[in-house]
Amino acid sequence: MIVINRHKCGHCGACVGVCPENAIDLVDAWVEISDKCIECGICVKVCPVGALEIQHEG
Amino acid sequence: MKDEYDVLVVGAGPGGSIAAKTAAEHGLDVLLIEKRAEIGNPVRCAEGVGKESIKPFIESDPSWISAEVKGARIYSPDGTAIEMSEDIAGPEVGYVLERKIFDRALTLQAARTGAEVMVKTRATGLIIENGFVRGIRGEHFGDDFTVRANIVIGADGVESKVGRWAGINTTLKLSDIETCAEFLMADIDFDQDYCDFYVGNEIAPGGYAWIFPKGKHEANVGVGVLGSRVGSTKAIHFLKKFVDKSCSDGHILEIIVGGVPVSGPLERTITNGLMLVGDAARMTDPITGGGIVNAMITGQIAGEVAAKAISKGDTSTKMLSEYETRWKSAIEDSLDKSLHAKEVLTKMPDGQLDMLAHSIKDVNFGELTATSLLTEITRRNPKMLWELRHLL
Ligand SMILES: Cc1cc2nc3c(=O)[nH]c(=O)nc-3n(C[C@H](O)[C@H](O)[C@H](O)COP(=O)(O)OP(=O)(O)OC[C@H]3O[C@@H](n4cnc5c(N)ncnc54)[C@H](O)[C@@H]3O)c2cc1C
Ligand code: SF4
Ligand code: SF4
Repeated sequence: MIVINRHKCGHCGACVGVCPENAIDLVDAWVEISDKCIECGICVKVCPVGALEIQHEG
Repeated sequence: MKDEYDVLVVGAGPGGSIAAKTAAEHGLDVLLIEKRAEIGNPVRCAEGVGKESIKPFIESDPSWISAEVKGARIYSPDGTAIEMSEDIAGPEVGYVLERKIFDRALTLQAARTGAEVMVKTRATGLIIENGFVRGIRGEHFGDDFTVRANIVIGADGVESKVGRWAGINTTLKLSDIETCAEFLMADIDFDQDYCDFYVGNEIAPGGYAWIFPKGKHEANVGVGVLGSRVGSTKAIHFLKKFVDKSCSDGHILEIIVGGVPVSGPLERTITNGLMLVGDAARMTDPITGGGIVNAMITGQIAGEVAAKAISKGDTSTKMLSEYETRWKSAIEDSLDKSLHAKEVLTKMPDGQLDMLAHSIKDVNFGELTATSLLTEITRRNPKMLWELRHLL
């Protein structure tokens, strides 16, 4: 699962532009990640501030 | 908001505002929507722009000019400077803008020309009928709506969804996006007359760091790193390192982050009833990352083609292909060259970058374009001609 630290996010939309599954939405100042996410981790790499993280369950 | 318009523009950045203004100038009924509550804010830009290149789009106004610069310099990893300056290019070659005010001025221009503008209004999908885009679904202040239009112009920036909804793949690979962080800094000591660029694999792998003067001893200090080269270090960490080294005395007044497409333009920028402009069509220069002017150029062409298509009652891909022909003749050549230059330069080790800088350091360039730099580089380094042959 991808988790977002909304306190770090700078609402830049870079993660939205690289997501191959179109799973991310930038709604005003709010990033939403849908269940289309395949945990490829590309958005994590592009985020300029490290607001995104893959968290493995269990 | 009405139920139907001739043209609906998604996104009120420079591309969308110029598209909306141009369409309205031609007497069309235009709606321009922007999802943010405030046009131009938060800024995602270093705000550097050629003075001449924005002239065709808006009358210059001191309210959105933070500083005028006489030239630009590129520093290679060992500190060698390549310079472009006013002696050759004429006085004040560039502006550093105040984008918050500039973007609003452009939107206001569209509104005064007759376009209806709505903020806090987000497109959430397209209406597609018989293979034609016929409008959008959206959300305004928490309420859902649909609105029909003969033509939709997607000007929704790096995070563009409009193209994807229409089946155009706009996904950027990590090697096709610069991940950027920037501070607006006060009280730093630097040359206020120049925009400075710093290249090098340590400072900014696959990208560059910059210091652009904003007037009053303030500057935009930033770093852009190629997405495929950042590793686990984030752009913000590269920036902090750069600031520690070059201007650690300054005070940080603002943090700006963003992604710049450096893929070169999309292969397909139109479909029935739809055109994509600016960052949404990946029109930024792959070497400089500059995209303001190309957004306005493509926005204007799209507005004009929309007017022609609507007057003929034909919004098919065939009709809209004039948009592609025209933007290609305007900017494709320079984008192509920059893309090739990016492929070569972003792979060079520091030693080679220094060597290139040494070979051209005494040349005073009238314009700091990829073409003028590379022509000079290959003239002085014949061995590089083969690698750079596409650029000339
Ligand atoms: C750090 C950084 C530094 C840069 N420096 C420079 C520079 O020095 N010089 C230069 O020329 N360029 C620079 N650029 C690039 C420049 O900022 C962009 O190329 C330019 O803003 C593109 O304009 P646009 O109109 O295409 O898109 P944008 O300005 O990004 O505007 C798109 C708009 O669409 C809105 N939007 C998105 N989705 C929706 C939706 N679903 N519904 C409604 N609205 C929506 C967004 O909120 C946004 O306001 C820089 C970029 C970054 C990130
Ligand atoms: S991990 Fe991959 S699929 Fe999931 S949101 Fe990020 S980019 Fe999209
Ligand atoms: S890339 Fe990072 S900072 Fe930018 S919108 Fe996505 S989560 Fe926020």
